[in-house]
Amino acid sequence: MNFKQSFRMAIRSLLASKMRSFLTMLGIVIGVGAVIIIVSIVGGVTKDITDQFESMGTNLISVNIMGRNTARSVSVEEMEALVIENPDLFASYSPNVNVNSSTIKYGNDSLSSSCIGVNEYYGDIANYPVQDGRFLSYMDVEGRKKVCVIGTYIASELFDGIDPVGEQLKINNEVFTIIGVLEEKQDSEEGGSDDTLIIPYTTAMRLSSTGTVSAYVFSAANTDNIDAAISIITDKLYSVFESSDYYMVFSQDQMLEQLDEIMGTMTLALSGIAGVSLLVGGIGIMNIMLVSVTERTKEIGIRKSLGARRRDILSQFLIEAGTSSSIGGIIGIIFGMVAAYAVGMIFDMTIAPSVFSIIIAFSVSVAVGIVFGYFPAKKAAKLRPIEALRYE
Amino acid sequence: MINLIDVYKIYGSGESEVRALDGISLEIEKGEFAAIVGQSGSGKSTCMNIIGCLDVPTRGTYIIDGNDVEGLSEDQLATLRNRTLGFIFQQYNLIQKIDIFENVELPLVYAGIPSYQRDEMVKEALTRMGLGDRIHHYPNQLSGGQQQRVSIARALVGKPQIILADEPTGALDTKTGLEIISFLRELNKEGHTVILITHDNSIAASADRIIRLLDGKIIYDSKFDAEDKSKDFIKSENKNDNVENASSEGGAMH
Repeated sequence: MNFKQSFRMAIRSLLASKMRSFLTMLGIVIGVGAVIIIVSIVGGVTKDITDQFESMGTNLISVNIMGRNTARSVSVEEMEALVIENPDLFASYSPNVNVNSSTIKYGNDSLSSSCIGVNEYYGDIANYPVQDGRFLSYMDVEGRKKVCVIGTYIASELFDGIDPVGEQLKINNEVFTIIGVLEEKQDSEEGGSDDTLIIPYTTAMRLSSTGTVSAYVFSAANTDNIDAAISIITDKLYSVFESSDYYMVFSQDQMLEQLDEIMGTMTLALSGIAGVSLLVGGIGIMNIMLVSVTERTKEIGIRKSLGARRRDILSQFLIEAGTSSSIGGIIGIIFGMVAAYAVGMIFDMTIAPSVFSIIIAFSVSVAVGIVFGYFPAKKAAKLRPIEALRYE
Repeated sequence: MINLIDVYKIYGSGESEVRALDGISLEIEKGEFAAIVGQSGSGKSTCMNIIGCLDVPTRGTYIIDGNDVEGLSEDQLATLRNRTLGFIFQQYNLIQKIDIFENVELPLVYAGIPSYQRDEMVKEALTRMGLGDRIHHYPNQLSGGQQQRVSIARALVGKPQIILADEPTGALDTKTGLEIISFLRELNKEGHTVILITHDNSIAASADRIIRLLDGKIIYDSKFDAEDKSKDFIKSENKNDNVENASSEGGAMH
């Protein structure tokens, strides 16, 4: 029995009972569809975050200090000293103070955004040029001025058509004057790089009532020296805290790696759950194939009387099972893509389907059909010709 | 060509043992047109299944075309069925889901003949059976006689040496039945060995040799020349049997 003919037979028997074929495939369709949706959405989130990181440059080193107790701490001046003493390793630095749950108000409009406190070098470090007005200055930082630089998302949401520079807005009920607007980085999306607000770190410390800076960002003089730069910072922090448990120093690259790892694990776990549906789909195929073998006992007998060998019958039923599961797979891929883009449109998310996941999903669905079709096909192949012929 | 030596086919065991074939020895030469006759339960169907390599004897030796079936694997038996034998069944046994072209093509597909050759062979066989203009009809679109002609086309398309016809006229009216028999005779003249299994003596009478089975044993075996007058005598003698058969079987077909 050649492949082409088995394939045509398979298509024909699938078409002969459409409802049954559809229900047989449903498990595969749902399984493959779910995998595609999950991979596309997680891929989109990863892409957003990665883009955000990469837009800031790859020579960044982040420092997080959890602190041991109030007696041991590192001052901003000490960190600045590291940069000044090692000009061949460091280009610049900035404290990084997060103001939690910042509500921004302009007139009657309000929105919540991420607000960070930094120094005057941050614009260069994180690659944040201003398109309008100016960035923070040394005087703003030293004088704890209530000034801010806003991202294009906030500019377009709150100041539709008005030039925001010089306007005043409220951050957590404190009045700030807008001194600049950052250049657009990521299509002004909510939650992206453009949904941000930058204020002097000194002001931010007062706003969030903290006495110490617990996060810094350094920029290495060049990407090759990052490891050396990291060890300078680590040595300094270790000398203060005498244990490596109280701080974290990592480069942008390390963070990206970590992020990829987390996202990868997440995709795998979610796909595993979706894979259960594939398994159930496979059992569905096996069930229907068993019914089909019984129904077609006579046909198998006729084929055997005409000289079909075991492997001819086996391959016919395997191809049939493989065909129905791969058609299920294709429908699942289409359904998954459509659903993923629909979710992306509704929730305004980036969708990044991967060709790799599509290939894997398709191969798995073909494999499921063949694996679960094997047992029924074997049963058909083993039928004794005389008994099969007599079957009514 | 076909040689059965002391063949038994036994179902069950002990007291419930049924001897469908009870020590049959039979030799059919190449080019013969033989009819195996008997009432239902006489063992003729079992005999045909064994000759057709669809079943194997419980005991005894069966040699077909020089091959002892005892030593053959299932796949080798399949190959024998494919190359050496052509089947014609009472109920035609066509696959309903595929058209008659594809039905006739099947033995060639299993023989591994490439499609461009198959195409020609199938068309030739169907044209010969007078179905050349409906090769893409489905079996259920054809009459019984036409379906039986499809199954003859399927039996002869691979040019097997032996054609086994199991009650080929059983489901047909007399006129169509005679047509089928004349096809079989034609095939026999071309050199095919034809074995006809029937309970109907008037059909069997068209063969050159009649082998009668009763309770799994051969009770009569005789050859005739096509022009042999004595055949008429058999015909008239068989008429009585026919009445018997009809009453004992209640006119039932298999």
